[in-house]
Amino acid sequence: MSELLAAALIIIGLIFFIAGSIGLLRLPDIYSRLHALTKADNVGLGLLVIGLLLLADDLFIALKLLLVWLLVLASSATSAHLIAQRARRRERGLWKP
Amino acid sequence: METLAWGLLDLLLIAALLALAWGALSGKNLQRAVVHFIGFGLLLALIWLRLRAPDIALAEAAIGAGLTGALLLAALRDTPREVVSGADQPGDAKAANSFGVAAGLALLSGGLVVLLAMAYLQALEQADPVRLAQQIQIHLEQTGVSNPVTAVLLNFRAYDTLLELAVLMAAVLGIMALGPARAAYLASGTMLSGLSRWLTPILILVSGYLLWVGAHAPGGAFQAGALLAGAGVLLRLAGFPDQQIPPATVLRSLIITGVSLFLAVGLGVMLAGRGFLDYPPAWAGGLILLIETAATLGIATTLVLAFLGGAPPQWTGLHGSGPAAGEPNS
Repeated sequence: MSELLAAALIIIGLIFFIAGSIGLLRLPDIYSRLHALTKADNVGLGLLVIGLLLLADDLFIALKLLLVWLLVLASSATSAHLIAQRARRRERGLWKP
Repeated sequence: METLAWGLLDLLLIAALLALAWGALSGKNLQRAVVHFIGFGLLLALIWLRLRAPDIALAEAAIGAGLTGALLLAALRDTPREVVSGADQPGDAKAANSFGVAAGLALLSGGLVVLLAMAYLQALEQADPVRLAQQIQIHLEQTGVSNPVTAVLLNFRAYDTLLELAVLMAAVLGIMALGPARAAYLASGTMLSGLSRWLTPILILVSGYLLWVGAHAPGGAFQAGALLAGAGVLLRLAGFPDQQIPPATVLRSLIITGVSLFLAVGLGVMLAGRGFLDYPPAWAGGLILLIETAATLGIATTLVLAFLGGAPPQWTGLHGSGPAAGEPNS
């Protein structure tokens, strides 16, 4: 039962990754591309980790998985913010290439 | 069915790796090339995992993709913008000339590929990897560790690792000879400085974990040192003024700590009547951990200094700008 649930969660997570990748390639500007990408990182990886938690052998592995998710969340949010900030500055002409 | 799926995945990985390698080498835009190179390193780490070499995968991800990527990006910062963007210089004569050079290089590298392939095939015939792995398994109990990779690096072939650390130490001298370190980055916004405050303790912790776990699972001094250096690079990027770099005496002792402790242990066991670096089995585990701890600190220091690209103010003792060493960072 838990294996089926895990498989379902992982597949839904992968769909988010595919949607994020397509968005990165197809969306018109940097902000909407970032939007698509962070969904894959946050929700897609989140669902993947929850699915893998159900399959984890022991608590230690489960904690490691959660830590991976947390670290990716923090770093992807920060890098998306930095990229958007730089793009915005360039738009306003505050940042000269 | 399962083999087919894995085979397809492997083919996909190889194709993507070649595409990234081409992207890193062919384009004129250097920034693009560096991004391709970082992707190449991460994918290579995945391929090492597929080859069941998690130790090398860890090292490749941390050193090959992470720190080398950071070094290349830092080098781009000092490169003139026309060079980075690959703007074309005028002149068709140059193009004709470079065609000759390209043809020559293609011939040379083609010859090298043939030579390497021949050497590889010959090595495949001669070597007996199964027997070598068996030999390691048979003697693993006496090495003090249960991870065969660490056993080879720190016990069976400890001499090689000692020399590797010596090479790293010599590299620091080269970096210091480049003159003063690059100008520090400006203090970054709340997000990045907040993240680096939050990540630094975790990186130190995970580095310690990798060092400890190296005795029985993938990990060890090189991976741990690279992660620790990652914390230093992050602090630099976030624009912390002195980045907690210790004063000259501490810095210098950190650089020599790996090699000197390694040598001390090697000579110490000779006093006990054994060969150079031939640890007594009962002590081997503790001695290896001691050497690896020192090596981790030395490797991390070397890599951070490489990222600075020269001697930090603390090295020369001319510590003018920024808060004094030891003073807490806001």
